[in-house]
Amino acid sequence: MNVIILSAILGVIMMYTGVMSKNKSTARYVATAGILALIGANWLEFAGVNFFNIDTRGMLEFTSFGLVFNLIILVCTLVYFLLSGKDLEEVGANAADYFALIFFILTGIAIVSAFKTMLMLFIGIEIISIPLYILAGSDKKNLRSNEAALKYFLMGSFSTGLMLMGIALLYGATGTFYTDGMYLGLGNITVMKMAGLVLLMISLGFKVSAVPFHFWTPDVYDGSPTVFTSFMATIVKAAFFIAFLLLFENAFGRMHSEWQFAMALITAATLIIGNITAVFQQSVKRMLAYSSIAQAGFMLLAIFALNNIGKQGLILYTAAYSLPTIGIFAVLMRMKDYTYEGFNGFAKHQPLLAALLAVFLFSLAGIPLTGGFFAKYYMLVAAMKNGAMFWLVIIGVCCAAISVYYYFRIIQAMYFREGADPGIQVSEGFKTVLVLTAVLVIILGVHPDWLLHLLDN
Amino acid sequence: MPINYYIFLAITLFCIGIVGVLTRRNAIIIFMCIELMLNAVNILLVAFSKMHYLAAATANPATNVGSEAQLFVFFIMVVAAAEVTVGLAIIVMMYRNIHSVDINFLNRLKH
Repeated sequence: MNVIILSAILGVIMMYTGVMSKNKSTARYVATAGILALIGANWLEFAGVNFFNIDTRGMLEFTSFGLVFNLIILVCTLVYFLLSGKDLEEVGANAADYFALIFFILTGIAIVSAFKTMLMLFIGIEIISIPLYILAGSDKKNLRSNEAALKYFLMGSFSTGLMLMGIALLYGATGTFYTDGMYLGLGNITVMKMAGLVLLMISLGFKVSAVPFHFWTPDVYDGSPTVFTSFMATIVKAAFFIAFLLLFENAFGRMHSEWQFAMALITAATLIIGNITAVFQQSVKRMLAYSSIAQAGFMLLAIFALNNIGKQGLILYTAAYSLPTIGIFAVLMRMKDYTYEGFNGFAKHQPLLAALLAVFLFSLAGIPLTGGFFAKYYMLVAAMKNGAMFWLVIIGVCCAAISVYYYFRIIQAMYFREGADPGIQVSEGFKTVLVLTAVLVIILGVHPDWLLHLLDN
Repeated sequence: MPINYYIFLAITLFCIGIVGVLTRRNAIIIFMCIELMLNAVNILLVAFSKMHYLAAATANPATNVGSEAQLFVFFIMVVAAAEVTVGLAIIVMMYRNIHSVDINFLNRLKH
């Protein structure tokens, strides 16, 4: 509850900061301080200190799972602000408003990580989506940004419509919006319940860009300003996954065997199509968009398996996928040339940045000693523990192998090709934060338990 | 009236909305079709609300079963209004740049 209310207040504060202060970077400092305050508030809630006592009538429930997830999201946002805050100011004239919108998105993320009724799910997802439409189109004069915003908006509100229909049908069949109260067990499955489930699966599939509902993703991620792509592809995507997982665990967990096969097909298609299409991309930004689809395939394994290891894996995956991707995007948005050739000879001119990028790419590819390895490992173990459909695990392993190819193309370009100086300027602070992020990624890969131990509280 | 009529009405409107979104090329009309989908859901929720109320009211006339669906409808209206604000702003922004609201234009982004 602390995070939900404080981040909404901080959003309003950011809007006033934009009005009060003429200096552009004030907004960035206020936003960074705000995120630190949110992390503190979340930590206090973890320790049992609640600033607000509001009777939500069971609509929201704050579990250690949701709070740990929030903690990771907030730390990732802090890293994002520190690395990309400057670029965020340069997108348009209203830097403070972008920060405000990001705080509103964090409110939505805190809601979807704690929802217990369909109403909160709907509100949370909309609070995340609507500011994102604005952020996608924030580069107003740029046609590509316009296209991205329109496409994202039309697809997003279409999937919202599907989700609402699913909720309405489930309400008609069960008479309640509470996910626990629906008692959707085996033996009482009707057409209406099944239709509701399918509609919810499709609409959340749109949100997390699972194949075959992924076609908007590369265009939107490619067209939006790179700073916001970085945010959309990492933090927001993880938030939609937590909503997906909690919904299917709480509401549909008892009829797991009914939808497991459909989920397995979606997962397999996401893994295969995401990875294979990523291989053929020429632009690194577009490759990262497809890589986000491919990584979504691994995260879908947690929903397919629906067990404790999968939940732990999703927590780990959120950290091990978001941090490296934010790091790569932070470097990418300083490059003039987004193609692979742009990275030629990068290691010679920027040895430190190249080494850090290599660590991040190792993590995304799932090489041991980086966080990505354990994240993928947990997902595959979860799918294996589930028992059914072993072929999915095999597909997962093969796709992890394919992904090495396109991630290592950047490393190859950086280290084994000659090229001109990309001429990027980075401050010492930027380098420090990037080093710390890389250290965090490696710690996750050596000792993931410290994160997972938090879940036991 | 039996509940079936409401369900058929809502499903019909919803399907008109979906077909419109998938086949029309004008951004404004697609947008209207999305609104149609949301309003079909509103009708359905209110109908279900009444249905659950009538089922519970025979046992206890003072029951408030079903009221939550009507509250949900208000939330949908508010969110739809917020979406209209952002959506129309995006469409206007696009119109300023290309003087058209035809979404065939979007296919340029593929490359």
